[in-house]
Amino acid sequence: MAQSVVVQVGQCGNQIGRCFWDLALREHAAINKKGIYDDSLKNFFRNVDTRRNGDGVDISKGKIRSLKARAVLIDMEEGVVNEILQGPLKDIFDSKQLITNVSGSGNNWSVGYKVFGSQYRDQIVEKLRQTAEHCDCLQCFFIIHSMGGGTGSGLGTFILNVLEDEFPEVYRFVTSVFPSGEDDVITSPYNSVLAMKELNEHADCVLPIENESLFDIVSRINQMVTSGKPGTTVKPESLITLNEGGIKKKLQEKPFDTMNNIVGNLLLNLTSSARFEGSLNMDLNEITMNLVPFPQLHYLVSSLTPLYTLADVNVPPRRLDQMFSDAFSKDHQLIQADPKHSLYLACALLVRGNVQISDLRRNIERLKSALHFVSWNQEGWKTSLCSVPPVGHSHSLLALANNTCIKPTFIELKKRFTRLYKKKAHLHHYLQVDGMEESCFTEAVSSLSSLIESYNELDVTKGLPIHDPLRLNIVI
Amino acid sequence: MSVVTVQLGQCGNQIGYEVFDTICRDLHNSQGFCCKRENEVYQASCKEHFFNEERSGVPVARALLIDMEPKVISQTLLKAARSGRWKYGQHSHFCQKQGSGNNWAYGYSVHGPKHEESIMNLIQKEVEKYDSLRGFSTIMSMAGGTGSGLGAFLTQNLRDAYPNSFIINQIIWPYGTGEVIVQNYNSILTLSHLYRSSDALLVHENDVVHKICAKLMNIKQISFRDVNQVIAHQLGSVFQPTYSSEGSCQYRRNPLGGFKDPALYTSWLQPSDAFSEWRTHRAFNKYEKSAALVSNSQFLLKPLDTVIGKAWNMFASKAYVHQYTKFGIEEEDFLDSFTVLEQVVASYCNL
Repeated sequence: MAQSVVVQVGQCGNQIGRCFWDLALREHAAINKKGIYDDSLKNFFRNVDTRRNGDGVDISKGKIRSLKARAVLIDMEEGVVNEILQGPLKDIFDSKQLITNVSGSGNNWSVGYKVFGSQYRDQIVEKLRQTAEHCDCLQCFFIIHSMGGGTGSGLGTFILNVLEDEFPEVYRFVTSVFPSGEDDVITSPYNSVLAMKELNEHADCVLPIENESLFDIVSRINQMVTSGKPGTTVKPESLITLNEGGIKKKLQEKPFDTMNNIVGNLLLNLTSSARFEGSLNMDLNEITMNLVPFPQLHYLVSSLTPLYTLADVNVPPRRLDQMFSDAFSKDHQLIQADPKHSLYLACALLVRGNVQISDLRRNIERLKSALHFVSWNQEGWKTSLCSVPPVGHSHSLLALANNTCIKPTFIELKKRFTRLYKKKAHLHHYLQVDGMEESCFTEAVSSLSSLIESYNELDVTKGLPIHDPLRLNIVI
Repeated sequence: MSVVTVQLGQCGNQIGYEVFDTICRDLHNSQGFCCKRENEVYQASCKEHFFNEERSGVPVARALLIDMEPKVISQTLLKAARSGRWKYGQHSHFCQKQGSGNNWAYGYSVHGPKHEESIMNLIQKEVEKYDSLRGFSTIMSMAGGTGSGLGAFLTQNLRDAYPNSFIINQIIWPYGTGEVIVQNYNSILTLSHLYRSSDALLVHENDVVHKICAKLMNIKQISFRDVNQVIAHQLGSVFQPTYSSEGSCQYRRNPLGGFKDPALYTSWLQPSDAFSEWRTHRAFNKYEKSAALVSNSQFLLKPLDTVIGKAWNMFASKAYVHQYTKFGIEEEDFLDSFTVLEQVVASYCNL
């Protein structure tokens, strides 16, 4: 079984990371009743004997002694990382996995990338190497960061480059939180576009997330939970927005946590088929293989269902089918996008729990006529069945779509960038950083334009009659 | 006369388990609808074909389990051992830590050469256990990366290493509306390569078996286990020993009514030559009567043509091709595969 390492960068990255690790422990605790360190735990966790000196010796089998997360935590401010180290999760991290500073990146991509990048490069490489050495087969790096700030955006994408240089064979999956329109960071368009160029060139696969979508999902759940309508009692442990700690806290205390848990669940579901058994497995390398038809087009829109499970135990097949329908509704997407009305290049359905191949097939047949697939991939479905459902649910579905519906997000980003750049607003903060020139900006926006153009070229083909290319003519 | 079964990838291993389980259940059936001696002869022959005797008394399947990631093989070994009726050999498996990622090129060009020596050694050790080796039966899917890519590589190696043995490949044809997006690429690459080394390709179509489960067996929520068990039953009834009462393997050329129609056959083959019937008195799996039909016909023409069409369509846009060229399968290799298969289609059409 292969292993994955999580690299969480910046405030947002570390907060999401914290939620992810909390949820991962909860998931394994629910399944692993005997406390044996098994292959599924091995993916994200080391088993360490901390009684010995030094790093702690890795124990590959037998009882769980002390679990350590395969993670590297990086922030140029101390607040969030310190909170993690003092919180309930402190035992799964150790000081060798951290890189912190006090000054922060001032919401400036170039400070994160150029200044801290060069300053911390060696340390970063060393920590990554240490983490990789604890793996007998490292398959994937998960980078979690936001695009709009300075550290997650700048240093995060710098680290992406480092990962490609130092570990070229290991996949790079990036979970990127994109800024919303009303973002209070004025320079977020600059930071995001500069970061986009790096994502275009160095990521294998990007899962864009938008806070607005997470917020909408949280609101909808709250409405459901507080509605008081008969038959709508929700199982508290099934809420996609609450974790172990969250159940005991009130919703108002940590509002961002509810949204971060959704992303944590996304990552758990993405890796479930790689960690647990099932009748049709899907490993992480199969995601890029099937969902990335051309190297540049590696942005995947994700949706998770169900958001909660009703306490009513009887779940007739109709409810199961509802789960599939929901996955394609724009209300369940983790970014503001409508895949149903755009063009699919490819689609993956990662199913967990008591769902069989006939349920999957029935729903694909039912849904595909309402969806538009590109002419050369009319049956572009990748499916997986994992036997182990998430905590609190009998089944769940994660849909990953490579779909042109992401184009508006990029167009909007480019617009906001241009509005600022035309007036050269705040540009001096960037240009005064060593190594930054105006060409960095023009190259970045050009990279974004070319990406948008690729999606345009595909969109044009939507709805056109399909002419199959002529087959080879064989003479017997 | 022994046959070594090579189970490849998730699909191959999951089906392989069901095949041996079915054969073992059939073997232990006292209800054979025949005389006791006949039953004993059948049982002895079956055991000899498919299982090795071990000191513990639990029959050991004559099979090798190969996969590039460990989850499925662990499950399969466990299930067999738990049954108590049979098991797999302790050292009969080979697995790695990371799968082939649904990438035929990775299975064929990376995993194949890298593990060639280990896998061939494993096979050699198994073969050495038998007085006479008939041949190999591989079970693999076409849609994924290991069964298809590594399977094709291995078949070539088997042909080179054991030129006098037969090789039959059990191929699982994926559902039309997709399990894997690049399944059509993987399929055409597999088929074109197997054509060069295999003696026979026995095809099982998921869509067809699914229909059997739905319409003939009335299963409401069909799982892969159901599908695999149907395939195992089909394989079991084909491969089980057939005997005349003298206890030797003979077949009788007595065509049953209904297969005599010359329109079914080509002009250059007499019905009596084309159709062979093997009869066995001992019932299979408690069915009072059962029959299995294996045919070489134009039946597969349409599915084959469809897969080639879809693969060609995708290839024309060059989608996903970079995933293959990354590991050494170039556009010319694709074109070669298309050429080989278009020839096959044309040959069948011309019948």
